[in-house]
Amino acid sequence: MPDLLLELFCEEIPARMQARAADDLRKMITDRLVAAGLVYEGAKAFATPRRLALTVHGVPAQQPDVKEERKGPKVGAPEQAIAGFLRAAGLTSIDQAKVQADKKGDFYVAITEKKGRAAIAVLAEIVPEVVRAFPWPKSMRWGSGRLTWVRPLHSIVATFGPETEEPEIVRFSVDGIDAGDETRGHRFMAPGAIKVRRFEDYVAKLHDAKVVLDPARRAEMILADAKNLAFAQGFELVEDEGLLAEVSGLVEWPVVLMGSFDASFLAIPGEVIRATIRNNQKCFVLRDPQTAKLVNKFILVANIEASDHGKAIVAGNERVIRARLSDAKFFYETDLKTRLEDRLPKFEGIVFHEKLGTQGERIARIVALTGQLAPLVGADVAKAERAAQLCKADLLTEVVGEFPEVQGLMGRYYAEAQGEDEAVAHAIEDHYRPKGPDDLVPGDPVSIAVALADKIDTLVGFWAIDEKPTGSKDPYALRRAALGVIRIVLDNALRLRLLKVRGVSADLLSFFADRLKVQLREQGARHDLVDAVFALGERSAGGTTDTNNAQDDLLMIVRRVEALGKFLETDDGKNLLAGVKRATNILRIEEKKDKREYTGAPDAELLQQAEEKALAEAIAAAKKEASAAVAKEDFAAAMSAMAKLRPKVDAFFDKVTVNADDKAVRENRLKLLSEIREATRAVADFSKIEG
Amino acid sequence: MAEANLLASDRSRRDNLDPSRSFQGLILALQQYWADWGCVILQPYDMEVGAGTFHPATTLRALGPKPWNAAYVQPSRRPKDGRYGENPNRLQHYYQFQVILKPSPPDIQELYLDSLKAIGIDSALHDIRFVEDDWESPTLGAWGLGWECWCDGMEVSQFTYFQQVAGFECAPVAGELTYGLERLAMYVQGVDRVYDLNFNGRDDDKKVTYGDVFLQAEREYSRHNFEVADTAMLFEQFKMAEAACQKYLAAGWQEKDAGKKERHLMALPAYDQCIKASHVFNLLDARGVISVTERQSYILRVRELAKACGEAWLATEGGGQ
Repeated sequence: MPDLLLELFCEEIPARMQARAADDLRKMITDRLVAAGLVYEGAKAFATPRRLALTVHGVPAQQPDVKEERKGPKVGAPEQAIAGFLRAAGLTSIDQAKVQADKKGDFYVAITEKKGRAAIAVLAEIVPEVVRAFPWPKSMRWGSGRLTWVRPLHSIVATFGPETEEPEIVRFSVDGIDAGDETRGHRFMAPGAIKVRRFEDYVAKLHDAKVVLDPARRAEMILADAKNLAFAQGFELVEDEGLLAEVSGLVEWPVVLMGSFDASFLAIPGEVIRATIRNNQKCFVLRDPQTAKLVNKFILVANIEASDHGKAIVAGNERVIRARLSDAKFFYETDLKTRLEDRLPKFEGIVFHEKLGTQGERIARIVALTGQLAPLVGADVAKAERAAQLCKADLLTEVVGEFPEVQGLMGRYYAEAQGEDEAVAHAIEDHYRPKGPDDLVPGDPVSIAVALADKIDTLVGFWAIDEKPTGSKDPYALRRAALGVIRIVLDNALRLRLLKVRGVSADLLSFFADRLKVQLREQGARHDLVDAVFALGERSAGGTTDTNNAQDDLLMIVRRVEALGKFLETDDGKNLLAGVKRATNILRIEEKKDKREYTGAPDAELLQQAEEKALAEAIAAAKKEASAAVAKEDFAAAMSAMAKLRPKVDAFFDKVTVNADDKAVRENRLKLLSEIREATRAVADFSKIEG
Repeated sequence: MAEANLLASDRSRRDNLDPSRSFQGLILALQQYWADWGCVILQPYDMEVGAGTFHPATTLRALGPKPWNAAYVQPSRRPKDGRYGENPNRLQHYYQFQVILKPSPPDIQELYLDSLKAIGIDSALHDIRFVEDDWESPTLGAWGLGWECWCDGMEVSQFTYFQQVAGFECAPVAGELTYGLERLAMYVQGVDRVYDLNFNGRDDDKKVTYGDVFLQAEREYSRHNFEVADTAMLFEQFKMAEAACQKYLAAGWQEKDAGKKERHLMALPAYDQCIKASHVFNLLDARGVISVTERQSYILRVRELAKACGEAWLATEGGGQ
């Protein structure tokens, strides 16, 4: 079956857009092929700075024929109805329609056969449509044309044909650009026109013309060459995935070179050197494998094999990097001249958020909250408050102004330089943590206090002004903040009643609950168990939250979920759950039937059979034992107490008829069932558990 | 003997203009290149502007259907960037070389690369790259897409396809090339400090450096921009320029039927006042007397002027009427 080769050749595409564009191209073309009845075997798309390319193989040469049946009016229907049917079906006379019969009698059916078209003709429609509708994040016009593309589009290759034959050009034209079979090689090393036939020779010819089509391949080449160059000199590459992807999108023919800078610049913090070299120059830094410290070398990736083997290129890059590092050094040294606390007054004039006041006010709130949290997490209050006071000060330094990604870290360096306590300095760096799912969670009590205060203040503030995240919109990263709180609490096994923290509302607590559910689910915990535990705090149907029973202690919630999960894996657990479910179901049905609830203690006098007496006793005992265990936070023991209910519940259902003829006895037995449900609520709401 | 002397002096004259050793030689080479291609070579606009884009030959000529190809040097003033002559590459006054080609020709990238060749940057030896850089001028109500052009990791030019100017869509689209002349010269001369640039290409006692020409000015203007510029007067000047711009715009409209704007007779003088307001705003900003919230409103006021000037220009002959 034939293959399609498509290339859209244009001026330099921003690196950050290339991967997505290749993906979009593949999806848009193949979706339309499938919609046109052309089911293909495989497709792959690629991007370089100057081209998007797509190969689709195994495309049928022809669309299948389609038979369409259209049901018409009854035989003998009014003339108007017949005429309308003919028009709609595209027939000229009713003789062309068939007559079929169903229960109601004879009616007309129009059967039209649509011949499948040649795939190449379909492609000639699809491709220009895709080019015109392409979803670039930002696109533009150029010259006198009206077409929009990410940058001016110069040529299109579109060929189609089976492996064994010379492929045909898919003939179409977009805004004056005719599809053809010619492309160009590397901008500087092979700028001439190249005639291509199909994907295999396209890739090979491009390679000869100094273009590596596959971005993954370019990235591999860069990484391998960079590591080798570093290794040869006894250094180690500081790997950087984001930079690697970006650089792979800036070159068609990667040439890796090494340069150096004056060793005196190594007095600047390594992270600042790296940020300077990475952000501004898109170069990699190297370290000494023994000391893990940066060395005065960098790796650059050029786009050409220069006639002097890169001497001029290296020299040029070295000059730019020298100038950049001079600036960075100047910034760093300037910053060191001002103490962090002396920067604070400036925050009074900087708005944090229109409705949440200035940064100065925000810092004051964080300090106050840190003061409340510090004793709860075992931190030295004075140190924690000091750290909270200084934690944002580095935002006003020159280095952080230039490189926002080193915020916190620079604060720590400057704090150390001015002789702050080590715990304070570390808290300044760590209070932003965890910044993402892979980031470390602060572990020192002072850091914990400030990190929690910073995040909780943000959440409380945005909750107060009703700027909660909705759908995919979370501009203030509130989900990340909540997840940060959760991870800090759990990783450090902290006991914290969130509702007791200043400003935390029931609504905000339910947001934490949702984040915790997501988090636990990602770790493989069953979401229904999470619900079963959370439901304990939402019990009163009237809507008022029972604050005493409210599940606002994240650590205890997780412990409960864990214990519950283990319990339900045992036979006792499974059977008890079945019993509780059975009891709940009967109750639900009968309560609905009788339009009343059966709650309250059963009357001991009305207990008749041995099994119901035994169950009532067992419930009382289990309730007591489980509550005591829960009070001691021994959830496993609470579960064992529950387990003792199981044989009594089983026996009860075995021997006792709930719907007794005696009304009073029936009511009493229903109340007993309700007690089973109540008893198990000491550990979880079993009705929320699935299975 | 006489012939040999003539040759020698001829060679040295050529050397003096070598773009890789002479700042003015670099400018002349670029002018020569773009003049050869067919650009109108203009002289700098005779007002203080922040960038070559402000020159009416770019801002206004980018609007409307008429083809337009021009190149010129534009002294550019950025009061805030002054460093009292102490920073090796920051200046409050510097030169841009500006090229505007409308409609943007299909080979505009090649033309640009050839211009680099003309000043001695060989693409077989140097790593020249087009790195994403979107351009937006809030004061001009303008935006475009393009690149920073890198040579061996150094940004040497900006390349923009204008999409909108003064709030109006550009059709056809103009391509704008802006060469940072000092940067470029520092690169080709191999100099790390702007004041060390050889200005006139001489090595003997006739050598003049960039510092000889501009260092004193940088010191004096930095003092002026940051410390002394009369803010009360500048606030007043801003208001005056704004009012004058509005007045000339109003007076320039010719109406055919009642209320229907037909043609404009004073777009250029009005636009001068917009340029004036923009520069005065930059001076006030450098003096630090405009708060963050006020800043936005000043930018909006200048943009309103620019938009009204663009509208007026489109109703002139140059604008296609």
